[in-house]
Amino acid sequence: MGDPKGFMKHTRQSPHYLPVPERLVNHEEHIEILPEQQVQNQASRCMDCGVPFCMTGCPLGNLIPDWNDLVFRGRWQDALQALHATNNFPEFTGRVCPAPCENSCVLGINEPPVSIKLHEVSIVDKGFAMGWIKPELPVRRSGKKAAIIGSGPAGLACAQQLNRAGHQVTVFEKNDRAGGLLMYGIPHYKLRKEKVQRRIDQLAAEGIEFRFSCTVGADITWAQLKGGYDAVVIATGAEQPRDLPVPGRDLKGVHFAMEFLPQSNRANWGDADIAALHPAKQRIWAEGKKVIVIGGGDTGSDCIGTSLRQGAASVINFELLPEPPENRPDNNPWPQWARIKRISSSVEEMTANGGQVHYSLATKKFVGENGVVKGLQTIQLDWSSGKPVEIPGSERDWPCDLALLAMGFLGPRKHGLLEQMGCAIDERGNIKCDPSTRMTSVDGVFAAGDARRGQSLIVWAISEGREVARCVDAWLTKQESLLPKVRIEAFAY
Amino acid sequence: MSHNRLPQAQGLYDPQFEHDACGVGFLANIKGAKSHEIITRGLKILCNLTHRGAAGADPNDGDGAGILIQIPDALYRAVSPFALPASGDYGTGIVFLPRADEERAIGMGLMEQAIHDHQLKLIGWRDVPTNNSTLGRNARASEPVVKQIFIGRGSVASNRLELNLYLARKRAENSIRAQLPKVAHSFYICSLSSKSIVYKGMFLAEQVGVYFPDLSDQRAVSALALVHQRYSTNTFPTWDLAHPFRFVAHNGEINTLRGNINRMRAREALLAHKDIGEAVRDLKPVILEGGSDTACFDNALELLVRCGRSLPHALAMMVPEAWATKANLPRNRKGFYEYHATMMEPWDGPANLVACDGERICAALDRNGLRPARYLITNAGEILYASEMGVLDYPADQVERKGRLAPGRMIMVDTARGVFFEDDLIKEELASAHSYADWIERYKITLDQLPAPAQPAIPRGQQLRQQQQAFGYTMEDLKILMAPMCVDGQEPVGSMGDDTPPAVLSAQSKPLFNYFKQLFAQVTNPPIDPIREEVVMSLVQYVGSARNILEPGPEHCRMLEIDQPILSNEALEQLRQADVPGFRGTTISTLFPAKSGTTALEARLEQLFVEAERAVDHGFTVLVLSDRGVSAEQAAIPSLLAVSAIHHHLIRVGKRTQCSLLVESGEPRETHHFALLFGYGATAVNPYLAFDSIQDLVDTGILPQLDGNRAADEEHDAVYVYTKHYVKAICKGLLKVFSKMGISTLQSYCSAQIFEAVGLSSQCVKKYFTGTPSRIEGVNVQDIAREALATHRIAFAPLVDANRDLERGGYYHWRRDGEHHVMNPEVIALLQHSVRAGDRSTFRRYTKLIDEQSRQLGTLRGLFKFKETTAIPLDQVESIESIFKRFCTGAMSLGSIGTEAHETLAIAMNRIGGRSNTGEGGEDPRRFTKDANGDDRRSKIKQVASARFGVTAHYLINADEVQIKMAQGAKPGEGGQLPGHKVSEYIGKLRFSVPGVTLISPPPHHDIYSIEDLAQLIFDLKNANPKANISVKLVSEVGVGTVAAGVAKAHADLVTISGCEGGTGASPLSSIKHAGLPWELGVAETHQTLVLNDLRGRIKIQTDGLLRTGRDVIIAALLGAEEFGFATVALVTMGCIMMRKCHLNTCPVGIATQDEALRKKFTGKPEQVINFFTFLAEEVRELMARLGARTLDELVGRTELLEMNTAITHWKSNGLDYSRMLAKPKVDSRVATRCIATQDHGIDHILDRKLIAAAMPALERKEKVSISMPIRNSNRTACTMLSGEIAKRFGREGLPPGTIDITFTGVAGQSFGAFLSEGIRLTLIGDANDYVGKGMSGGRIVVRPDSKATYAWNDNSIVGNTVLYGATGGEVYLAGMAGERFGVRNSGCKAVIEGVGDHGCEYMTGGTVVVIGKTGRNFAAGMSGGIAYVLDGDRHFNRRCNQGMVDLEQVSEAEDIAILRQMLETHAALTCSPIATSLLGDFDNARKRFVKVFPHEFRRVILERTGKAKAAKGKEAVRV
Repeated sequence: MGDPKGFMKHTRQSPHYLPVPERLVNHEEHIEILPEQQVQNQASRCMDCGVPFCMTGCPLGNLIPDWNDLVFRGRWQDALQALHATNNFPEFTGRVCPAPCENSCVLGINEPPVSIKLHEVSIVDKGFAMGWIKPELPVRRSGKKAAIIGSGPAGLACAQQLNRAGHQVTVFEKNDRAGGLLMYGIPHYKLRKEKVQRRIDQLAAEGIEFRFSCTVGADITWAQLKGGYDAVVIATGAEQPRDLPVPGRDLKGVHFAMEFLPQSNRANWGDADIAALHPAKQRIWAEGKKVIVIGGGDTGSDCIGTSLRQGAASVINFELLPEPPENRPDNNPWPQWARIKRISSSVEEMTANGGQVHYSLATKKFVGENGVVKGLQTIQLDWSSGKPVEIPGSERDWPCDLALLAMGFLGPRKHGLLEQMGCAIDERGNIKCDPSTRMTSVDGVFAAGDARRGQSLIVWAISEGREVARCVDAWLTKQESLLPKVRIEAFAY
Repeated sequence: MSHNRLPQAQGLYDPQFEHDACGVGFLANIKGAKSHEIITRGLKILCNLTHRGAAGADPNDGDGAGILIQIPDALYRAVSPFALPASGDYGTGIVFLPRADEERAIGMGLMEQAIHDHQLKLIGWRDVPTNNSTLGRNARASEPVVKQIFIGRGSVASNRLELNLYLARKRAENSIRAQLPKVAHSFYICSLSSKSIVYKGMFLAEQVGVYFPDLSDQRAVSALALVHQRYSTNTFPTWDLAHPFRFVAHNGEINTLRGNINRMRAREALLAHKDIGEAVRDLKPVILEGGSDTACFDNALELLVRCGRSLPHALAMMVPEAWATKANLPRNRKGFYEYHATMMEPWDGPANLVACDGERICAALDRNGLRPARYLITNAGEILYASEMGVLDYPADQVERKGRLAPGRMIMVDTARGVFFEDDLIKEELASAHSYADWIERYKITLDQLPAPAQPAIPRGQQLRQQQQAFGYTMEDLKILMAPMCVDGQEPVGSMGDDTPPAVLSAQSKPLFNYFKQLFAQVTNPPIDPIREEVVMSLVQYVGSARNILEPGPEHCRMLEIDQPILSNEALEQLRQADVPGFRGTTISTLFPAKSGTTALEARLEQLFVEAERAVDHGFTVLVLSDRGVSAEQAAIPSLLAVSAIHHHLIRVGKRTQCSLLVESGEPRETHHFALLFGYGATAVNPYLAFDSIQDLVDTGILPQLDGNRAADEEHDAVYVYTKHYVKAICKGLLKVFSKMGISTLQSYCSAQIFEAVGLSSQCVKKYFTGTPSRIEGVNVQDIAREALATHRIAFAPLVDANRDLERGGYYHWRRDGEHHVMNPEVIALLQHSVRAGDRSTFRRYTKLIDEQSRQLGTLRGLFKFKETTAIPLDQVESIESIFKRFCTGAMSLGSIGTEAHETLAIAMNRIGGRSNTGEGGEDPRRFTKDANGDDRRSKIKQVASARFGVTAHYLINADEVQIKMAQGAKPGEGGQLPGHKVSEYIGKLRFSVPGVTLISPPPHHDIYSIEDLAQLIFDLKNANPKANISVKLVSEVGVGTVAAGVAKAHADLVTISGCEGGTGASPLSSIKHAGLPWELGVAETHQTLVLNDLRGRIKIQTDGLLRTGRDVIIAALLGAEEFGFATVALVTMGCIMMRKCHLNTCPVGIATQDEALRKKFTGKPEQVINFFTFLAEEVRELMARLGARTLDELVGRTELLEMNTAITHWKSNGLDYSRMLAKPKVDSRVATRCIATQDHGIDHILDRKLIAAAMPALERKEKVSISMPIRNSNRTACTMLSGEIAKRFGREGLPPGTIDITFTGVAGQSFGAFLSEGIRLTLIGDANDYVGKGMSGGRIVVRPDSKATYAWNDNSIVGNTVLYGATGGEVYLAGMAGERFGVRNSGCKAVIEGVGDHGCEYMTGGTVVVIGKTGRNFAAGMSGGIAYVLDGDRHFNRRCNQGMVDLEQVSEAEDIAILRQMLETHAALTCSPIATSLLGDFDNARKRFVKVFPHEFRRVILERTGKAKAAKGKEAVRV
């Protein structure tokens, strides 16, 4: 450890956000990373704990104390190597991860935690800037072939790991670009798409084959696929959105978030046909509209920020749950994930523009004219009993031109591939796997990511991809895999 | 139950770990005048040493006592039923024989045959009259038939008689063992000589004379009597193991015994002697297995003496003084030692050895002088030598001189020549016998005398990472271990113990080294301080082949000397390629085929045996065992296995001494690895991969370049400097490892196997690590191969991921994908959540995580399972309140943890009726009174540790329990250091030291070098506070049970067995990881041994060491513990998150820190601690109900309720076998299996009871009293109980000075004036023994000779060793010389003394000492405070002073002059000292002969405090 007293000398600094008005003028990233020396000072705050709880927060088990120390010492390239040892894509997590590591940082017991995410993104950005991140080709090919269905973070991580173990990997992607939610879900202002693409380019250069616009189960059938590969990994994500079956749901202007966000991302990329991804080839755009985002999670947040950047007339946000406390309550102690009020940058922007989050609010119906939504009606909930109880007489009407549903996802789509395979589904609607081998009910077929564990964080997806790769490698080589093992269950505190 | 001999090894008890120590002495008429008087008074010495011996469960059972005298020819002539030849023409000896007639007859026949075979003539057997009426139960049960054999010279030349008697005895022993193997132990020839005879047995001191009426017969006369009284740690004393042996009686311990035995065995192959010829085979084995250390020593000494060396010669050879370093020895004397060092390694350990060949008596002290030895010579030519003064009374005017034996010195009485020899004369005579120094010059060579190798050193290998992976390197090895060694030149420090699984339970591949745990000294011998007492340490090794030890001549020293054993690549090449007379090197590859499966390793070892033997047969004397060249095809045999296997094989085939084994290996990288390689036979090691790794650390920038790096200048070359530092760190680490065992030289450590194996199968140990204890079985050689191949596969698998570096490790710090830690994030979080919220269900989740180890084994106890028994309802189980009484918190000093945390623990424990522990470092007296709300911040347990910080009568009287810390789990056998910057005002105040001055805790208690010393300290503490229980804290290791038995016999009320996992303090990482064992083994062994000894009923067993759950508590109880300590877990309940940064003072939760800002972050509450203990007690109750026990007492030692959980399987743990841990000693039903009685401390009728009665007016009304009475050596610890009374009534301030004035006449026993309180003035006219003024905090002690004494006071001893140890105040004036370690750890006492032995003022932190006489070596070692004024008579004091921490100055400042003068004046006034009076007569000149010893730090702090810092900046210390 570099400086045992670093945490007593420096206070926490995290990346600066640009002022709200400057952010909203375009879709560019709005974070300013700190200068290198300041990052090194920040890294000295890491105490090199005997028991680094940060590693329990991180689903990847990132070697946080190790690379914090390397950053402190200015050994950036070694830091990058240590970072890449557990995380294939730190430039994604370094930007959009909610940083459970920082939540469980030991310093966080009584001080602002170490800016772990800042170090992560600084390391990897420097790595790209310096040209240290290059394709790494395997020295030997095993002669085994693996197909990966889905190119989100889980599929990509799995692909890279399997390729490193010497197997020939083909990735099937239903869209015309790889990346999944990285590419089409997360807004540009949080993760520039060039940053996704350069990683895909690295993977391609390492010898991974990508088959785009190829939906397995439709464009090619399961039967056509399975014969060509020694192992198949399903990493198709949890695409089935939770719906809001209330009167008026079918009005025009009521959309799932994932109908809205990809269009914006395509527009930013410069694609001409941004409606391509909507089932009805509909263009969904917030400019000039009164937008209501239903759902207070990350996806809802992305809808808010995107709507504001598109020039919405107003944006407000509904949340079913009550307003969380500002600080940890006693029954939610460190290092548990703090269930406190977190203000995302998008909510901050919304508030600055006159909007706000409305808590304990259930949407009862959408009201429209000519088949187009014009408003909606809500009712206030009372959570004091621990369960939602509607408060009589608290109905309220809201004007609305665009309602975006961001209420979570219900696992993978079942029709198509999964039906064709006859793959077993668990009680939560996800693909059922043996917990230790990651194999589905179909021999030689594995699953990873949101498709297996349900909707979750990118960091979990990468972790899932790495672990399934290890399982596939062991299965293919019939011996203990030398790919690193990833702890797969969450820590039980 | 009969103990003709020690019990067989059973359960965890193994007789090889018996220790003994004792009182020893002799009385002789120097002129050789024989008298019966000498014998009777010799026996009286014994009786007056009674307190140094011990009794067993039956107070009439002694541990053994005996006497050696000259043959009382007149008596035998009168009483023997047959005619005897002329005196000197026959040999005789007492023989113990079996009681069974038939066996006895056969055995006697075999003896007679052996006598006949050696041309001697049996004269007859005499039935020795005996009287067993006073013997104890066990002694009587095992009493042999005692006969005396008489053997005529026959045709043997008279000068060969002793030799033939020896050969005949050896032959008889061998043939009895061969033909009567089952009863061979029942035959024992006490001695067989024409000059001396030994009477001994399983006696108490006073029983010797009663049992053998011979000894009281007036016709029995002798010019000398050598007596000994034994204190065996265990109570399986046997008749034959009583001393004296044929030559030797011994007080102390041979630490290096296993190595000495192994080496002697190896030498046997070459034994030859011109006078013996063929019969040389009768000599083997030279050393009989199963003897005590002294018996083995005696065997070896006997060989040397009988085959031609003189008694002093053989002794000097076996127990050399510290000749190598810093000793200004004459050239030829150094040559003598060096010559013999090439022949034999020292038998090392604390030793007061007395040896007698019938004419001469020699007494020798070990190089450290760790046993007391005083003597007195009368003007009538009588010499008395004993462990203590006062064992016989002499009028002062008859005494010619009073002396003591100094470290490494010898004295000799030659009754034939009628001369008394002092050390110099003896050694001079020995050294002048040959031109030893010339021989050394001619034959001994060093590396630079070897020709440069033809082939250069092998350059750094390619693929370093791959090699590192193949040898199991982790990032932690590089970053946490090696890098700090390279930078700082010493081992890195860590804290918070070790919570990783033992290697055998780990799911990861572990180096074979990790299966071995370092042993360490506790109680039976002291560890050494290798830094402050460097003068006795040595790393010298000799390479080459040994010769016949019986043949004198210069060829023996044809050896290559290396000054330290870590070989550079270049040095290794020199040796490997050597081809000069006596040195021919060759390499043996220790690689094995990687692809041939796990049996290939074993097969390869068999080949290696052949190759090694062949190399020896071809005349190669330097065998390099090399694992260079590891590749995808070739894997390395673990270096330890390779070297040990070959070493033991060569011993077995008698070829070991003809070659040296060098190890060239990529594997060793940390101290522990090297220690093991040397411990199992390597002479030197070349760690090539460690060197390559250092180069790599520099190349990659992990280790910074040095400033001003110039390639041409090697002192600025980073690789050179870091490598040098690394080697230095390893060397320092090695010194530390063997000093822990009390061993001073690498030469004796080598092949001494001071290790215990944990998790190795006995089959594997027997073949490859012969003689190593391994008690729970475990992996075999195939498993070792599997483990080696696993790391090999990772290194050479084709998978390449540029981001995949070395494994991160996770061995020191938790890493998510690294080694398992029992205190992992989930455990810590759940425990904290549960105690903060008071939530039982979360607590259950916590215990479940720990208790259910099916997923990952963490501890030995994880493999236990409770047997199904009949449960009882919970409400029938004793209450949690009654269980609370068995709980205490671990010893954590205020200093290691902050005040808030320390007091929170105390409040919590006091609220629930448990006990908290002060730890070392005193306690603030404000905590002795309760808070307004009734909370009590007083720690009920007061610890007494080696530095005695804050230990005063007032501290002790405020204890419910006084704990003597012999060792601590995290670093047993080591001392500590609290750097000056951590000694705050507050801590300084509590420790009676100067804030800002570094405080050193010595490795040993300087008043405990032996078991009888511990008994003395227990007695002292019991005197200081008769109401407190005295506990002794030990650390689990093999043999701890026998030590605990000794502790029980020393009358401790409680013994704590600490496991190695615990330990919250800062310690070297190698100690945290590799020393000590889990408590499961220690508790089980202790319980079994105590039960087997019938001692269990009088002592409680407590355990600690990362106990965490109710299940842990119940398992500890079932294995034998009654009380339970918690430290780590208690800290975690208060918020500790196992940062392991305690040593850095940066604890971010404000627990283990003194930093004001950080301490504010402490949020711990007593309620959290209480919640923990409540939940724990509830869990204990639930388990008790399940096991059907109403009280915990019902469960103590009930191992039948435990079994191994066979459901948990793992390839490594499958071989484990806990049956020895679960064994129950088969004992009589009346033998207690838990503590049911209290100890008899023997304090009911002591002198102090009279003193207290007489001092009542002072105690009750502060009236002045004056008392005078005689005193003798059995009046020990005088005035301590009185001091306790004063402290109880008047606190630390005591009474006004001089309120109680006491004058004694005579010889005071040990610990005179210990823990003296203010208000008492003691005057002793006569002598005192060891530990005068120990721990005194006030008052005054004056000791002066009787005015009738005619000798020069300042040249003669008046007090013993270790005077003023830990004193914090008061004044002392002693008109004579003291022994070793005068003023050790003094922190406030003023003293005047007229001469001191070695190590004067060691570790002193305060006070003033004036020495007006001779000084020994190593004065002021570790002295960080206080001032000494020393009369520099010969102007050479600077050579004898250790100037590491002090400056020497003239006494020129007015303040110094005034202090010196005032102290001398007081001394002269109180003692009438002639020397003081004469110095004062010309004080102005006299003071110029004084030197002021002024510690650097003390000066700095004083200057800072007096604001003179600036003025002093330019001032240089005046060197004298």
